[in-house]
Amino acid sequence: MRVRFDQELSAMHNDLISMAAMVETAISRAVEALKYRDAKLAKQTMDGDKEIDKKERNIESSCLKLLLQQQPVARDLREISTALKMITDMERIGDLAEDIAEVTLFLCERPAYTAPEQVSYMAEATIKMVRDAIDSFIMKDLVKAHSVIEYDDIVDRLFMETRKELIESIHTSMEDAEQAMDVMMIAKYFERIGDHAVNISEWVEFSITGTHKNIRVL
Amino acid sequence: MSMNVKYKIQDLNLHYGEFHALKNINLDLPEREITAFIGPSGCGKSTLLKTLNRMNDLVEGCRIDGTVRLDGEDIFDRMDVNILRRRVGMVFQKPNPFPMSIYDNIAFGPRTHGIHSKSKLDEIVEKSLQNAAIWDEVKDRLHKSALGMSGGQQQRLCIARALAIEPEVLLMDEPTSALDPISTMKVEDLVQELKQNYTIVMVTHNMQQATRVSDKTAFFLLGEVVEFNQTSELFSMPKDQRTENYITGRFG
Repeated sequence: MRVRFDQELSAMHNDLISMAAMVETAISRAVEALKYRDAKLAKQTMDGDKEIDKKERNIESSCLKLLLQQQPVARDLREISTALKMITDMERIGDLAEDIAEVTLFLCERPAYTAPEQVSYMAEATIKMVRDAIDSFIMKDLVKAHSVIEYDDIVDRLFMETRKELIESIHTSMEDAEQAMDVMMIAKYFERIGDHAVNISEWVEFSITGTHKNIRVL
Repeated sequence: MSMNVKYKIQDLNLHYGEFHALKNINLDLPEREITAFIGPSGCGKSTLLKTLNRMNDLVEGCRIDGTVRLDGEDIFDRMDVNILRRRVGMVFQKPNPFPMSIYDNIAFGPRTHGIHSKSKLDEIVEKSLQNAAIWDEVKDRLHKSALGMSGGQQQRLCIARALAIEPEVLLMDEPTSALDPISTMKVEDLVQELKQNYTIVMVTHNMQQATRVSDKTAFFLLGEVVEFNQTSELFSMPKDQRTENYITGRFG
């Protein structure tokens, strides 16, 4: 039995869970900063991204070491290669949370603006997608991975609704046009977070079935 | 890729006295491809390899049922064992050069089969050594003892010796287990080259070697073939939990 290998795999899983928690926190903080026009929290969110990048590097290094030293096959190979793919998407999600915080800083400097409520729904939905995508990997839960992929339709729909409302708001009053454009960017960032959660879930599917987007990879 | 079946093994059972060493083996080994046999020690993979050129025939208490067909001909029925072994060459775990010159090692088989013309033998020796990717290393010392060669060179010499009788199949029983990494890579590269002209069946304990070299892999356990599939599929998405446990090192 490969006791050491199993311990290292388990440590890698724990690191992934911890990176996922960092990413979730980043999105939640960005959402909170946006909601309460909290510039301090927005700055904190931006600073937190460095830690996420560091975590990505650590996990990447652990995965490469496992490939080098253990030459994994079958489910071990699929799990480690999936982890390597997942962390790239998780790191991008961290960047997008940072981008949301950055736009929030601009918004904080301008007169208060009420964003469409769909934006906060998008925030909730994408946090759930990211959480479920990581959970599906840890629990090897194919049903959950598929549910994340399907959930993306809801986020896309919310994005289109947000876009429509913002266009209407600009039509009504040009005064808030600049803020409306900033909120549009934030909505786009949430929409992209959803896409990255989908990417993660698609790799989770590969990790369980050996098939990625209906194509056998090996 | 040729899909012709070189060896067709059907309902093969082999007993050594009371011991049931091979159980209901059914395998189609493809022509001009490399098939790897993997599995823990004592699982029957070497026994099956030896059965393919009837090396178990003289083992006391050995009883074989079922059929093994080479190009459709039953090797246990009317086939002369000398003809079988001319068609099926074998390379063993440890290089076993004869205590004679490099040249005579290669010429030994052809001479046994009645070739005595010097020019013909010279041609066979050169061609075999070239095919075994060792000609350049030994062409200036063909009449020196083969025992003075390195382990890796000796093993390639043994492959050349097997090729000298122009077989159709090469059986290899852990051909690199006694070799250093560089010699191992040379033999692996050579095997890849050889598959253009030969059907190769290789027993290996080195899983990475099976993934690098073979087209198909059979996993043996307790005398049975648990799984036989394309190597890339067997090592990425095995169908049987026992295969998964073995190849990922979680056996037992």
